[in-house]
Amino acid sequence: MRDLSLAPPRTSPMAPPRSFVWSRRVFLTLLAGFVLLPVYVMISSSLKPLADVTGKFRWLPSELTIRPYIDIWSTVPLAKYFMNSLIVAGAATVCSVVIAVFAAYAVSRYDFRGKRVFTVTVLSTQMLPGILFLLPLFLIYVNIGNATGIALFGSRGGLILTYLTFSLPFSIWMLIGYFDSVPRDLDEAALVDGCGPFGALFRIVVPAAIPGIVAVAVYAFMTAWGEVLFASVMTNDNTRTLAVGLQGYSTLYDVYWNQIMAASLVVSVPVVAGFLLLQRYLVAGLTAGAVK
Amino acid sequence: MTSTALKEPVRETSPGAAREPRRRTGRIRRVSLPYLLLLPALLLELLVHLVPMAIGIVMSFKQLTQFYIRDWGTAPWNGFDNYKVSVDFDAPVGKALLQSFGITVGFTLLSVGLCWLIGTAAAVYMQGTFRGRGLLRALFLVPYALPVYAAVITWVFMFQHDNGLVNHVLHDQLHLTDKPSFWLIGDNSFYALLTVSVWKGWPFAFLIVTAGLQNIPRELYEAAALDGAGMWQQIRRITLPSLRPVNQVLILVLFLWTFNDFNTPYVLFGKAAPEAADLISVHIYQSSFVAWNFGTGSAMSVLLLLFLLVVTGGYLLLTSRGRKASHA
Repeated sequence: MRDLSLAPPRTSPMAPPRSFVWSRRVFLTLLAGFVLLPVYVMISSSLKPLADVTGKFRWLPSELTIRPYIDIWSTVPLAKYFMNSLIVAGAATVCSVVIAVFAAYAVSRYDFRGKRVFTVTVLSTQMLPGILFLLPLFLIYVNIGNATGIALFGSRGGLILTYLTFSLPFSIWMLIGYFDSVPRDLDEAALVDGCGPFGALFRIVVPAAIPGIVAVAVYAFMTAWGEVLFASVMTNDNTRTLAVGLQGYSTLYDVYWNQIMAASLVVSVPVVAGFLLLQRYLVAGLTAGAVK
Repeated sequence: MTSTALKEPVRETSPGAAREPRRRTGRIRRVSLPYLLLLPALLLELLVHLVPMAIGIVMSFKQLTQFYIRDWGTAPWNGFDNYKVSVDFDAPVGKALLQSFGITVGFTLLSVGLCWLIGTAAAVYMQGTFRGRGLLRALFLVPYALPVYAAVITWVFMFQHDNGLVNHVLHDQLHLTDKPSFWLIGDNSFYALLTVSVWKGWPFAFLIVTAGLQNIPRELYEAAALDGAGMWQQIRRITLPSLRPVNQVLILVLFLWTFNDFNTPYVLFGKAAPEAADLISVHIYQSSFVAWNFGTGSAMSVLLLLFLLVVTGGYLLLTSRGRKASHA
């Protein structure tokens, strides 16, 4: 391995000229700095005492403290917001994945009238501005609540319902790609062997498309975990999610930046860790459609 | 060989005849099954996207102020009044909308351009093998993976007037400004918003372009290298043209996401966006929920939707035709 890299053949496209290597070094270093800067600020500030973040900015903490990580739980009811976010994002993810699996299976394996209309309509809802249906949805939920007593507005249920449709179009699209790549012979053989269509789906197609399903789940979870607009309108004190709850660290008198940074880090860890662990799947899924 | 040839016609006839009645019910199930499978997705899309959209269009023709919110059906019709107010560019409401629209267009073009440029450059540079590549790749994906509010709130801290990093570096350390600047109010807020938007958006371009690069056949590069084309020439002549179909989708998606972005400006500036960074989503939100005028807000939303439809349609038409022409 080392010998090869020491003496690359001259004509190989793998031997980049010096100018390329240098420009690459400069560009990627600058870019890494740009990307890292907020990450560094987040981590370092979360370990600072309050005086360090209210006065002039300091690159290094005057003393290292884990105090902010203890205080974040009592300054605002962070644990409650965390639970709310977890419930909402978790439920939205499960529902979204199940529904997307059924829909993608139908599109991938059956020919039916209106197939194209369905895929185009579903995909194009992805491009609509959220603000467009925020107001009507707000009214629909309020009116459903008034008429039937089912509280959608202000409840976790309403938020789950909303978020799962946000990730649905993209999830269906990604899964169609994955299901298409599972050879049809496999599930047709299962059908011949007496499995029903659902047997074929759950015994053959789904297991073969696990990477795609993981990707869709990560995507759906990230979408629900990070949404701000609907969370800020459709939640109340009891159902508030992290997206809105984090704003509670600024009081009239003080902004607890060290705690905000600590809380931001704490709420980011689950999604960033999950994303980086499963990125291979997600990247393949995200890009499959665009490249096709 | 012979035995299969003998068996074949037997298998063809006998079970087929026996299955005739079963096949018909099978066909009915085959016809309705896909719709059954699509039903949950369809119902949800209807409830959360399509019906609200229709209601939004109806609302835009109503005089829907806070007095009618409890029972919006009773709000009086007022024809095209909401639209007239929205596009009367001499009156304050229309003027503000037009200004917000202009800012959004400028912001989107800049942001998408920069995201695409940085993403493509990074993807091309990350193609080769070098030390630390895997780590760098993971790092580059962090802005994409971070929840929007956590990332943007960190930028808010960095842009603070008294205790932020940006002023500390520009003013205290590099002495580039006479006095600390305000970043989240006034004209600077546009650049603050652009910086955050690019920081958050470019990794997506990077991801998609990276995938696109992997689909370019190696032989193309090898042939070019044999013909004496250098690295830069290969990038210009092979890499970039091959990325065209990927770019067509990528730029459209980036455009729509950036244009419709609400989360970034909302977390960055709060409910009252500064004039220089008054993006259309936040503007409509304010006109509806802060000014409590849902009718005008809906009319603005419908206008926005029409604009996006026209732009998307025109874009697809234009780029597809260009692609066909270049193929011919």
